[in-house]
Amino acid sequence: MLSRVAESVFWMNRYIERAENYSRFIDVNHQLSLDLNEQVPNQWLPLVHTTGDVELFEKRYSEPSPLNVIRFMTFDEENPNSIFQCLSRARENARTIRENISTSMWEVLNEFYLLIKDYRKVYMESSDLHGDTVSMDLSEFLSTVRKSCQSFYGCSDATISHDEVWNFSLLGRFLERADKTTRILDMKYFILLPSVHDVGSTLDLLQWLSLLKSASAHEMYNQKYKRVDPTDIAEFLILNETFPRSIFFCIQEMQEALEKISGIKEGLPRNLAQDATTVYLNRLRSENIKSIFDKGLHEYLDDIQIELNHIGAKIVERFFTN
Amino acid sequence: MFIADYSAKNIYDEMFSSEGYPRKSYDFVKTKMESLGGIELVKRSTSAERALMSLGITFTLYGDGGEQERIMPFDVIPRIVPSEEWVSLEKGLKQRIQALNLFLTDIYGEGKILKDKIIPRDMIESSSGFLKQCIGLKPPKDIWIHITGTDLVRDGAGAFHVLEDNLRCPSGVSYVLENREVMKRTFPELFEKLNIRQVYDYPYHLRSMLENLTDVVDPVIAVWTPGVYNSAYYEHSFLAQKMGVYLVEGSDLIVENHKVYMKTTKGLRKVDVIYRRIDDTFMDQSSFRPDSLLGVKGIFEAYKRGNVALANAPGTGVADDKVIYSYVPKIIKYYLGEEPIIPNVPTYLCSEGPDLQFVLENIHNLVVKAANGAGGYGMIIGPKSTKQEQEDFKELIKADPRNYIAQPVLNLSTVPTLIADKIESRHVDLRPFILYGKDIYVMPGGLTRVALRKGSLVVNSSQGGGSKDTWVLG
Repeated sequence: MLSRVAESVFWMNRYIERAENYSRFIDVNHQLSLDLNEQVPNQWLPLVHTTGDVELFEKRYSEPSPLNVIRFMTFDEENPNSIFQCLSRARENARTIRENISTSMWEVLNEFYLLIKDYRKVYMESSDLHGDTVSMDLSEFLSTVRKSCQSFYGCSDATISHDEVWNFSLLGRFLERADKTTRILDMKYFILLPSVHDVGSTLDLLQWLSLLKSASAHEMYNQKYKRVDPTDIAEFLILNETFPRSIFFCIQEMQEALEKISGIKEGLPRNLAQDATTVYLNRLRSENIKSIFDKGLHEYLDDIQIELNHIGAKIVERFFTN
Repeated sequence: MFIADYSAKNIYDEMFSSEGYPRKSYDFVKTKMESLGGIELVKRSTSAERALMSLGITFTLYGDGGEQERIMPFDVIPRIVPSEEWVSLEKGLKQRIQALNLFLTDIYGEGKILKDKIIPRDMIESSSGFLKQCIGLKPPKDIWIHITGTDLVRDGAGAFHVLEDNLRCPSGVSYVLENREVMKRTFPELFEKLNIRQVYDYPYHLRSMLENLTDVVDPVIAVWTPGVYNSAYYEHSFLAQKMGVYLVEGSDLIVENHKVYMKTTKGLRKVDVIYRRIDDTFMDQSSFRPDSLLGVKGIFEAYKRGNVALANAPGTGVADDKVIYSYVPKIIKYYLGEEPIIPNVPTYLCSEGPDLQFVLENIHNLVVKAANGAGGYGMIIGPKSTKQEQEDFKELIKADPRNYIAQPVLNLSTVPTLIADKIESRHVDLRPFILYGKDIYVMPGGLTRVALRKGSLVVNSSQGGGSKDTWVLG
């Protein structure tokens, strides 16, 4: 396939995955804030930390109020990662590769975009914009976003050949997902507890639980572990081999997609992107949660992000530029 | 009965005779539309438009309200061409394409028609579509114009005339196919009852025509688009998808050793046939415009050496120059020894002294067009213009008479059209699409463009025109 097309497919999927993650982040945080009332006043800023866009946020807004954070992450046109912007860009990418995807896939994405545009119109025209309540039905909106992302995945799975286009889709989707999982885990690092004595308290557990929910992982986690425990949660989200949002799972999927793209499984010559992925996957295999906590979770997550960036760069170098 | 107060006087209406009776071909459609009633028709029209929006068949308008996405306005009342009329149109179009193709072979080759003084040599050489780089060129199988969109109009008496030939990158065929799909969903009962000739296989005809351009077995075929910002981008990607071929931009292509390659994830891959939707002079910076940002250096040389086939061939623009157009009846006679089956619209050439005088004196009664204008630009419609506009346009003509032609204002035929919740008459033209491969294929029907503003004769989508599905019955 054309390099340009491969790149657009890759990004289209990254943007969709990003929009889905954002919608979950916001929703979970919103639910959490309803549970906590005003016990913890500044629990919205960590959300912005999770997205890595704090600098931009602080430039645009004076305080991390719920409304500001929600606006920043949903419809803000100046934020290239807001749900609306992700959708616009995903659709623009889809338009440039329209001939490579199925009509039903395009229709799902196009209708999704038009729907978000309608929501945005209602949101922007709402007179409560600067009041202190969220004027539109936020939960309904976020759930629409999630469902639409999932129909897009389902539709691609069922309507296009699982050839190169598909495999580049997976690369984009899983690279983005791995990145977001590290950020979700890292969220706890940015959440301040009222005091150190609160470690292990109800509030602490509630926060860990909402973190699991942000990765849409609490149900699968509950099947495997008996209680909410930070070490177990980190183990589940980093090293689990079957949960689709764990780092290990994502890297494994990428390795497989890269193998299918190059047609080379074992042995040489592999390309640089494949090498980087395999090396990293082997490293993950040799690790356990104790060694990770010994290093410090936050530092370890930083490390993963560096690895992911490295793999991303190799993909660009190998397939998108020539 | 909401069609009852429709009036079709002093004009050729496609649905009603001048006595107000429905024509035979429209009998069933008229009865059906009336039994549905206005409310139901509006409802179906709205859902048809929603379907087009969902499919993303839109173009973008930029204005003070920011960006606005619109669908090409679509009218649900079909335009019907009776089969006996279609038979003769089809014959006439084939005749015209055949003659124009022989004409191109001749003027880039021996130039017999010039030596025989049927057309003055300087008419050809002064045409901006004439590319001297193409002199001596022999395109594969001697075919130059593979894809044509010919604009047809009816005069007041109902006779079809050719208004212009589009031999470079004619647009609109995707609307024909999409409109048809939407119409099938909107009025299944009409399709069940009437024997409407289908159009869905156009992409297959297009593909096999392109395959015919090369001897390579299982050739790599690509549609070449200027990119996503081009107004016809939707059509380019639509055709690539329906044919199952690549859609490429200039930056995806590279020429090495006079062969054309595209950049893929597995390295370079040779391209054998290109359906280009980019203007001649933008194709290659080394042979034509050096400032083109869309082109591929060396592609023309690769083409000349027979390493890649291009559709349409470069240089075809000379044959759809509006001045050359006026010679087409003579061209048909010269190469085929036949009378033209579909006549031209009478045309005055401003480069001819007496014609020029006539045009300057009668501009208020004429349509004057630039020889290479398109999309409704560079023209004046005399009766609809102000005195000042006429004076200004006269200056343009006098400064460059070769560049202008004039025609009488044609009273284009009308078709009942749903405007808000009423049926009103609106002017239409017709653009059938013709493919020249092993044989000449004429798509049954074509794009009916409709001028949505009351009384307007301008059907171009860039000027607010819409479209209708065109049905050839039987």
